[in-house]
Amino acid sequence: MRMELIQPFINAADAVFAESLQAPTKIVDLAMEEDAYRRKGVAALIAIKGDIEGRVILDLSPEVAIKVASQLAGAEIPSSEQVVRETVCELANMVIGNSVTLLNDQGFHFKVFPPEIHMNDEGLGGSADTEALVICIETPCGEIYLNIAMHYLHRRRNERNAVPALD
Amino acid sequence: MKPFAALLRKDNQPVRYLVVDDSVFARKNLIKMIEQFGGEVAGEAGDGLTAIAEFNRVKPDIVLMDITMPQMEGIEAVERIVRQHADARIVMVSSVGYQENILAALQKGAKHFVQKPVKPEVLYEILRYVLSDDPNATGAPVALAGEHRS
Repeated sequence: MRMELIQPFINAADAVFAESLQAPTKIVDLAMEEDAYRRKGVAALIAIKGDIEGRVILDLSPEVAIKVASQLAGAEIPSSEQVVRETVCELANMVIGNSVTLLNDQGFHFKVFPPEIHMNDEGLGGSADTEALVICIETPCGEIYLNIAMHYLHRRRNERNAVPALD
Repeated sequence: MKPFAALLRKDNQPVRYLVVDDSVFARKNLIKMIEQFGGEVAGEAGDGLTAIAEFNRVKPDIVLMDITMPQMEGIEAVERIVRQHADARIVMVSSVGYQENILAALQKGAKHFVQKPVKPEVLYEILRYVLSDDPNATGAPVALAGEHRS
């Protein structure tokens, strides 16, 4: 686990949630996971490929998403699947955008893919060769989870090269 | 929070904004701030192509433009708008704030950049600055309601 690649995401999430929700936030749980990720609510998965690779999952319950939506819009928003999807996407885009800015300014170049929204009952695939850090952030609207798995591209190449080819 | 003095045009009318973002919440959030600044929303768009059409239709004083959008991204929309309207005042609003992106937008004709999540006080200062380049204005070009002008 490369904390220098993870930290920008944590910092960005903290800043984005605090600023968007106009209240302080707190990391209340932190754990390492290697298995497929089990969603708590509605999840946005964003893949990253380039000098560094991996994926970030932002996950929150529909109830929390509606509260966040109301806060962002400055008015009570009626619950709907569309609102939940859009809120999760917007939060994910802001967190990723801010993290990417920090990492890009450190000299890393990579492509960020648009968020994939997962709402059904299936689990999300884990990264086969990377453990993930799962963070639970407490906000005034409820808990928001971040699952981050990032690594350097060259490390994976070196690892692959070290494995003898099979005929 | 301290209320903002209204940003007004030289003719004392509210500044008219075109808000461009594919996220309806991002638009609502910006509209909320525009109202706090005493502005008027002349139009909204969810992608670059619609933004160009809306710009031609409503002729706003200021465009707040997201970068990453479907159909046509914000930077390309800026280039096309500025090609037709050299005096267009466009402020980029994006969560992706690295230098390459900002430089690309400024090179295409954007006047400024603000990173999401947008802080009202930051956007207010940027709008004040961008509105101050009005060539028809004299002295302090942006009228602030309640401010003493000599």
